[in-house]
Amino acid sequence: MNKAAKEKTINLLFILPAVALFSIFSLYPIIRTVQLSFYKWDGIATTMQFVGLLQYKDIIFHNPAFWKSMANAAYVTTLALTFQNGLALLLALLVSREIRGENIYRTIFFLPPVLSGIVVGLIWKWIYDGNYGILNHFLTGVGLSHFTNFAWLAEIKTSLTAVAVVHMWKGFGYGFIILLAGLQTIPKELYEAAKVDGADSWQQFKHITVPSMIPVFTVVAILTILGSMQIFDLLYSMTQGGPAGHTHVPITRIYQFMGNGEFGYSTAMSVIFGCLLLAVSFIQIEVSRRMNK
Amino acid sequence: MNDARLKNNLVNILTHVILIVIALSCVFPVFWMFSSSLKTQEEIFTKMNLLPEHWNWANYAIAWMKADFGKYFLNSLIYTFAGVFGVVFISSLAAYGFARLEMWGKNIFFYLLISTLLIPIPGVFVPLYLLLKKMGLLDTRTGLILCYISGGLAFGIFLLRSFFEDLPKEIEEAARIDGASKFGVYWRIALPLARPALATLVIFNCLSIWNEFLLALVILQDTAKMPIQRGLMVFQGTHITDYPLLMAGLTIATIPVLIVYLLMQKHIIKGIASGALKG
Repeated sequence: MNKAAKEKTINLLFILPAVALFSIFSLYPIIRTVQLSFYKWDGIATTMQFVGLLQYKDIIFHNPAFWKSMANAAYVTTLALTFQNGLALLLALLVSREIRGENIYRTIFFLPPVLSGIVVGLIWKWIYDGNYGILNHFLTGVGLSHFTNFAWLAEIKTSLTAVAVVHMWKGFGYGFIILLAGLQTIPKELYEAAKVDGADSWQQFKHITVPSMIPVFTVVAILTILGSMQIFDLLYSMTQGGPAGHTHVPITRIYQFMGNGEFGYSTAMSVIFGCLLLAVSFIQIEVSRRMNK
Repeated sequence: MNDARLKNNLVNILTHVILIVIALSCVFPVFWMFSSSLKTQEEIFTKMNLLPEHWNWANYAIAWMKADFGKYFLNSLIYTFAGVFGVVFISSLAAYGFARLEMWGKNIFFYLLISTLLIPIPGVFVPLYLLLKKMGLLDTRTGLILCYISGGLAFGIFLLRSFFEDLPKEIEEAARIDGASKFGVYWRIALPLARPALATLVIFNCLSIWNEFLLALVILQDTAKMPIQRGLMVFQGTHITDYPLLMAGLTIATIPVLIVYLLMQKHIIKGIASGALKG
């Protein structure tokens, strides 16, 4: 073997473990998801029944529970896109004014994102507790006594919003860090020039900050959408889809159908859900590209 | 002039008031968890004091020994160490290979790898479950660890490849002439130079594997093998009203995260910001 060929073989050997692991545990499952979605299969029987697009048809036209779970995730996502990202932007703007204690604020705001979803969910479940939770104790203390014994997570009206609030509490620090980093890359000379031209802070925000930040807004929006639509740990630890199935999201439904042994059906759900997520990301990127022109 | 200064001061005060209120809301739930973990059952159901009357450190001994949190904690340590070691070793080896390999088509696989970072793949746990079942790895530590390693490869290779490509090849060539093997060059020269990137990789994988729940839920049934995130849900399901012990368990699960975060926060925050802005 000549030297170059030997080099090539060694390099390939270096790559081999990663290629093997990735192919078996990441690539193959993706292909398998699409394949299984055309079959009715309980995971045990030796033969799988080919049903074509039947399961897709059933999910799209005859499964209101799945669409309800999608609507729930969309509700959490909408709240996150507006309130969570609005808060993140406000805080980033405040901190970027070169104030004292910038590092301390940054450290504290990024604390919730590094905690585990299960830990955060269980702490807040305790805070929300109808009888012994500190939230109701606090609300009663400030005079809102009709919240005594109000079980936030067990009431159909409030449960999903209560989970969404925790989701936003856990997530805003992430957007904050990215937005702040984005703001700090805008050249200061732009603002100084605008000031010389007599622009007030609102005009500076509108004509300098917003246009320079559009790519960053897009990144934050996409991360928020993907993270919120695929919410699972928090929900699982706080409501497990309850009360009476009212807080189910797509991932909990997929998990549920898998648990019932409907492997083909649950993978068809995954494919539909995955395609919708991909479509949303593409639209986002396209829209921001047009706005940038 | 005085008016402008006054206005400026007011804006500054208002800024800090908003920031402090939000900061307190971030810290309070964590504080409340810790404070509740030191109270007695009775105190928790009858009083709302911010700090416990007596600091019942014994709760932690009970949580660690009798409520099995010690066992779950050690399992989490095993998964995190094995997972992080696997990700770092296998992805740095592959990234080095990619950076030095000259071959038609090598980028196809690379882009396939990277695309899984960008394309959302919800519900991939279903085929993973079936795969592990077929391989006889369901409900095993090996099965879970292999999933964690494979899940971290794309990010690891992406992060390290550009780093290795930027390393000057002259040092390596000199070492080869001196008789070092290819693996020797990777191990003794390339890897130590990549230390900053490796640190990022270690930190992010530590946090994500330690906090992971869904795969542990799908793959493991045996409580003896469960990591702490699953153990918390098991405890919560069976001892629904034992809040002090649950809070002690939550604190035990959080302390390693807090330590890593507080020691490495600059690294973490920089990594998040630059990663998102580049992508």
